[in-house]
Amino acid sequence: MALLAGFPALAGADLEVSAGEVVLLRGANGAGKSTVLRVCAGLAEVASGEAVVLGCDLRADRRAVRRRVGLLGHETFLYDDLSVADNVRFAVRAAAGDVNAVKPALARLGLDGRLARLDVGRLSAGQRRRVALAVLAARRPQLWLLDEPHAGLDAEARDLLEGLIAETVGSGATVVMASHEVDRAHALANRTLTVAGGVIYAGARPAAEPLHVA
Amino acid sequence: MWRDALLMAGKDLRVEARSRVAIGQVAPFAVIVLVLFAFALDPSRGILVKAAAGLFWVAVLFSALLTVQRSFAIEAADGARDGLRLSGLDPAGIFLGKALAVAAELFVLEIVLGAGVVVLYNAPIHGYLLLLATCVVATVGMASAGTIYGGLAVGLRVRETLLPLLTLPVLAPVLLAATEASQAALDGVPGQGVAWLRLLGVFAAIYLTFGVLAFGSLLEES
Repeated sequence: MALLAGFPALAGADLEVSAGEVVLLRGANGAGKSTVLRVCAGLAEVASGEAVVLGCDLRADRRAVRRRVGLLGHETFLYDDLSVADNVRFAVRAAAGDVNAVKPALARLGLDGRLARLDVGRLSAGQRRRVALAVLAARRPQLWLLDEPHAGLDAEARDLLEGLIAETVGSGATVVMASHEVDRAHALANRTLTVAGGVIYAGARPAAEPLHVA
Repeated sequence: MWRDALLMAGKDLRVEARSRVAIGQVAPFAVIVLVLFAFALDPSRGILVKAAAGLFWVAVLFSALLTVQRSFAIEAADGARDGLRLSGLDPAGIFLGKALAVAAELFVLEIVLGAGVVVLYNAPIHGYLLLLATCVVATVGMASAGTIYGGLAVGLRVRETLLPLLTLPVLAPVLLAATEASQAALDGVPGQGVAWLRLLGVFAAIYLTFGVLAFGSLLEES
């Protein structure tokens, strides 16, 4: 069971994800999909049960896993007054990543040239999502946690996102995403799970294993 | 920890350099406070010379609140605080970096205000060494305590109004000690200011230590 602002959530949720998998979480608004992702990112407190992500026991130390996961949430975690390139560079340096990966990541997401020098506060919502994706591409986390990754992206950016997911899985990373874009997300996922009332179901049946991301 | 602190301070100073809030808003605000004191207290400047040290530190204190508030407002926007937690930066490094950036901005502000006190209040400047030491130690204390309470309030919806309420009473000893030490320097009796300087040093050391040890919990719980 996780605690969200002091309130219990995900009571009875079981989830096991293997390395290199792409898992899609479906469910209605408020079902608990974002909470699952926040728990996996080490942001939400796990009050009881077992929670191991990338070998880190989240009940013992939630901070240990954070540098190894990347979360694309409803918020982009960007600084409006920093340029696109500075935002990505800061995130990569903070995660002790390779700053040489910044330029290729910006180019991959179509954010090179003049856009790279622009303050993030001057970008559209879709462009901000691209910058957030560039952060993930440059940081190269082992576990990608994507909350509605298609939201706010145009068709070209959606194609870029899907290419990026395929590429990152190919390099051995794991992806867990929550999405209402059923058709596009289904095509990417190896497995689809349903979250309802804080419980995770594989199809119509509850999954049997505890939350454990290898 | 020190690498993370420098990274954090560099990021905050870069944000301020690009947004120009400190130069364009906080510094003018502090100068206006000095001017208003001059209007309110004594057009003939007699009282102003005597009260210059206290008025200087009151202006610095108000500006410190704005600077700390700004420092944490940028972490509250668009989930940046979660981004900071996810970054894996050492919380002690985050604390030291943010306090360092606030202190650097306050130092620049104190130079501007010092010039303002000389020009507007006609206050003579003596005891440069004690004045410099007082500015350094008092600013470190203000920045450390302000950063701790800023971190405590950052996740709250009422942070703008809560921060002054939490911080002003805590910074009262800094205001008192910095005023006494500065006044001793201005009066040309620096020996009388040393005890106050020590008090400022103790205050800064306590809040620096507390911040390094507790900022991680504040960031998680706020």
